Amino acid sequence: MADYRTHEYDVLVIGAGGAGLRAAIEASAQGVSVGIVCKSLLGKAHTVMAEGGIAAAMANVDERDGWRVHFSDTMRGGQYLNNSHMAQIHAKEAPERVRELEGWGALFDRTQEGRILQRNFGGHRYPRLAHVGDRTGLEMIRTLQDHGIHQGVQVHMECTVVRLLKEGDRVIGAFGYEREKGRFLLFKAKAVVLATGGIGRAYKITSNSWEYTGDGHTLAYDAGAELIDMEFVQFHPTGMVWPPSVRGILVTEGVRGEGGILYNSENKRFMFDDIPDLYKDQTADNEDEGWRYTQGDRDARRPPELLTRDHVARCIVREIKEGRGSEHGGVYLDIAWIKERLPNAEEHIKKKLPSMYHQFKELAGIEITKEPMEVGPTTHYVMGGIRVDAETQMSNVPGLFAAGECGAGLHGANRLGGNSLSDLLVFGKRAGEHAARFAKDAKASAVNEAEVENIAIECLAPLENSEEPNGEGPFQIQYELQDLMQDLVGIVRTKKEIEEALERIQELKKRSKTVSVPGNREYNGGWHTALDLHNLLTVSEAIARAALAREESRGAHFREDFPAKSDDEAKTNVVLNKESDGDMALVRQPVVELTSEMSEIIKEMK
Amino acid sequence: MPTVTFRVWRGDSEGGDYQDYPTEVSEGMVVLDAIHDIQAQQANDLAVRWNCKAGKCGSCSAEINGQPKLMCMTRISDLPIDEPITVEPMRAFPSLRDLVTDVSWNYEVKKKIKKFKPRDPDFEDGTWNIQQEDVDRVQEFRKCIECYLCQDVCHVLREHQKHDEFIGPRFLVYAASLEMHPLDVEDRLEDLKKANGIGYCNITKCCTKVCPEHITITDNAIIPLKERVVDRYYDPIKKLLRVITGG
Repeated sequence: MADYRTHEYDVLVIGAGGAGLRAAIEASAQGVSVGIVCKSLLGKAHTVMAEGGIAAAMANVDERDGWRVHFSDTMRGGQYLNNSHMAQIHAKEAPERVRELEGWGALFDRTQEGRILQRNFGGHRYPRLAHVGDRTGLEMIRTLQDHGIHQGVQVHMECTVVRLLKEGDRVIGAFGYEREKGRFLLFKAKAVVLATGGIGRAYKITSNSWEYTGDGHTLAYDAGAELIDMEFVQFHPTGMVWPPSVRGILVTEGVRGEGGILYNSENKRFMFDDIPDLYKDQTADNEDEGWRYTQGDRDARRPPELLTRDHVARCIVREIKEGRGSEHGGVYLDIAWIKERLPNAEEHIKKKLPSMYHQFKELAGIEITKEPMEVGPTTHYVMGGIRVDAETQMSNVPGLFAAGECGAGLHGANRLGGNSLSDLLVFGKRAGEHAARFAKDAKASAVNEAEVENIAIECLAPLENSEEPNGEGPFQIQYELQDLMQDLVGIVRTKKEIEEALERIQELKKRSKTVSVPGNREYNGGWHTALDLHNLLTVSEAIARAALAREESRGAHFREDFPAKSDDEAKTNVVLNKESDGDMALVRQPVVELTSEMSEIIKEMK
Repeated sequence: MPTVTFRVWRGDSEGGDYQDYPTEVSEGMVVLDAIHDIQAQQANDLAVRWNCKAGKCGSCSAEINGQPKLMCMTRISDLPIDEPITVEPMRAFPSLRDLVTDVSWNYEVKKKIKKFKPRDPDFEDGTWNIQQEDVDRVQEFRKCIECYLCQDVCHVLREHQKHDEFIGPRFLVYAASLEMHPLDVEDRLEDLKKANGIGYCNITKCCTKVCPEHITITDNAIIPLKERVVDRYYDPIKKLLRVITGG
């Protein structure tokens, strides 16, 4: 018999970044018992990396802003594939979630009037991002963490969940292991909230940490939940490119928000050459107007560097492909130039972008106050994920909720910068609230011991395999997968390449069954990597299948063989689920219909 | 590409030893890259804790050639490579396995510090009027990434093992970030004096030297807190007043 410890909660939250912590705090406030599982130590989750800010239409800087503008910006950015009801809830509730955070001790930069300052960001019509320098994510996660530890939430640090447990249709718990000794844990729960973040580790160049292996996506998919919009992976336009070991580390969009410009090896600001029709009216057509916008001139339009991330990333790829890239295969991002316009430019840059200054100085030996950075696209975020109800965040599996990056619908085909942190807060709270309600009404359940036994045996296989001389190591398979996803299902895609990727993923799936790892169960990085392979392979297949199905280019999904938008494709989302024989099934479903009020707003804001 | 020997501590709470791993290094590599290479190619079961690899999460703390550092922010080119580079876990915390230590004590300590308590809101919408300079004042403390390198190097904890009586530099910085928070109205001075053992710090500034976020821990956080404690409990005039008024 497998040996495991059992913990029992009304609500189990899996993932302890912004969404998970916010969900746990809310569920606890509803008076139910709450456990939260973190893959790492508490407070280290990926939210800590977020730099730019939290998008919330508080209208502290520009009174013309409001939820209607934020809603229409989010829909436009998502190319109208968003779940419009989520976009509406998000735009309406984000300001309250930010103010609440301040009440819990978060400190944001201020306006002259002593209110929360808001900054410009790509795709947002007005200055909208509450921020503190360029370390907003740290401020947010620390605030939630420090508030959460006094709310009676039980924290399980350095634990990984490998499978959800069900009784009939309903989720009743989860099974996993703790890293320290490798002991198994059984969580019994009346409701489960997934808040595991994204999938960045499926790619070679990524801003994401090792944790981002699509755990929640896969746990939900294996439990019968639907995944939606998986073809939409956001490649952030500006990751570091040099030196090689730091390739992919994020360079905040805040650099461009503060006036940073992109240029190629011919010293040309190439972003002026390609402004999409959808954004023509909102984009500056000369350098001076762009600069004035970043300095708060309300009559100026935004510079083209602040177009949406999907577009900027593709323009950068084009420059590099056509031979106008920088020395190490990126393009130049320059903030130092603002000394031509500002008297205290050096001090200003250090104050507004302290961690960027630090990051380039220490990792690349570059003084961003004096010289340009080299940047290129990096896998950053997945718009796709677990399909949820807009109001409750519950998936199609009763008792299973999802919030944050692993949930889907808000962002459609492309996420606007700053809309992630607000997403975590708005829908983390809702998921926690509704999971608690669900738990209060849920009946008792019983775990299937035989099922648990089988999961435990599967988990131990990589360690048992170490006797086999032919077993491969898990890292080789992980690296191969990352290479193939980068090359074949990256920023620019074709049918032929995606089909090749799918074939190779099937091959890797077979090989992953026999990986072997030396050593024992105690904090064994190889073993953990082996167990994460199933998740990485599942989400990679989901991305590839959805990318193959969508025969058009929209948002973050660009098909070289179908470079235009298609009116038919505009009306559907791609939905994936696991069939009883274990195969991945794909269906198209119509996008969530707009209410007449929403249509009015969108028309009005065009 | 040159080959460098990494002398990595392998073991657990029972004990262990250093093992040498020759590793090829390339331009710009940091120590964590080398550890990853070793894990992927030579020792799959090597235990290492890391997350962001960008100096923002504070997970990969270790002692490199005896110096407490983040592995992700330590460039190999800044170290002598003609001799082995030693990588070992933080020594002030119990060893779990290889480079990973048990830092759970820190989480217990934090829970005992009185939480943030705001004054009543200034505006009708439930928000506060805060000036930028008030934000800037505590910004430095709020930059802390909880890597615990300051705890690792603090002799009160490392040599004297006063874990039950002293909260260490990290949590004095935390207390400072709350005490100097523009909205906070909680009083933590008695705790700082008694339960938190601020008097144990004899301002050797070792913590400040190792902080990867360059927080001036001793001068800006600990000394002002010490002054507040002294001001309340040891000021002779105030003491006299207390005796007279019975306060």
